[in-house]
Amino acid sequence: MTDSLANQAAQATPPRVARKIRGFSDRAIAWIFVAPTIFLLLAINIFPLIWTIQLSFTNFKANRLNREPEFIGLRNYERILTDSDIWLNMQATAHFLFWTITLQVLIGFALAWLIHRNFKGSNFWTTVIVLPMMLSPAVVGNFWKFLYQPQIGLFNYIVTFFTGGEASSFEMLGSVNLAPWSIVIVDTWMWTPFVMLICLAGLRSIPDYIYEAAEVDRASKLRQFFTITIPMVLPFLMLAVLFRGIENFKMFDLVVQLTGGGPGSTTELTSINLKREAFEKWRTGYASAYAIILFVTVFGLASIYVKALNKVKER
Amino acid sequence: MMTFLNGLLRLRRGPWEVLATIIIALGVFMLMQPFVLWGFTYSFITTLVGTVMFIIVSHFGEDE
Repeated sequence: MTDSLANQAAQATPPRVARKIRGFSDRAIAWIFVAPTIFLLLAINIFPLIWTIQLSFTNFKANRLNREPEFIGLRNYERILTDSDIWLNMQATAHFLFWTITLQVLIGFALAWLIHRNFKGSNFWTTVIVLPMMLSPAVVGNFWKFLYQPQIGLFNYIVTFFTGGEASSFEMLGSVNLAPWSIVIVDTWMWTPFVMLICLAGLRSIPDYIYEAAEVDRASKLRQFFTITIPMVLPFLMLAVLFRGIENFKMFDLVVQLTGGGPGSTTELTSINLKREAFEKWRTGYASAYAIILFVTVFGLASIYVKALNKVKER
Repeated sequence: MMTFLNGLLRLRRGPWEVLATIIIALGVFMLMQPFVLWGFTYSFITTLVGTVMFIIVSHFGEDE
């Protein structure tokens, strides 16, 4: 069957092309197939990266193309790394990262633990829990904006139902104190299922005989949890933490839809700030240096992520 | 601890990767901490050193 297909393919090749190809080695043919991908990779990833590094040492402004950019050395990096406003943006990002990861790990692991017990309807509940993850961040941002409305939003109504008081007495997106928490809540709602799925994979990879051996040794359920479950799920949890950490460090769409970085700059994460510098203030050289700083940070985290991934694979 | 130091001296991949990972994590922490501005200022160079070190040491020989 395969042979005849190969013959048919060989016959279908025009003789001129067949003659040309016959002269190539296997290595050359492999390069011909790989070349378009390498070319695209160079054009889309490597070239812009090198150009951004080059621009980061200049005072180039993309809205003044006829002005010759000047080489200013490390001045852009110096300005960024001594700017207390950018430091505040980093702290807003850190607040967002810390709380989203903490909540997602705790809730995700708890949900995975419950789902792993295989109760009646557990498959149905898994599907329901996983649904938010499948939505577009722009859609999620828009509908949570409605949910957070102080007058008609469901969120304020539910909170005041339990705590008492007026539903319109607080504004999640308009308050300086509450806005950072509003983005944490939405991201946790959206991405906890992802952490749950990774934890579930970890829990399902633990062989039953280990628990059976622990039962024989009369280990309590709590002891089994801390000496078997947690250590064996830990690499998976680490993977989830790193993956969510890298993703949330680059968070843009969800927060732009929800708060647009406001009120003031309380929810202005680094990626939003970078976009403002590059495409609103048109400080291209400065924004390039900013992008390189973020790139090195994400690249460093990604290196740790790959290492953790290899550890999980070794298991 | 001695195994770790021996690994560093014998240029083994494992301990050097651990060291590079610690430097990267320190750099990321310095970038986002709310305590001292100089920590933020020197965070980039710390992360860069850790990342370049990670790339280099990942080509070292495996642990025996």
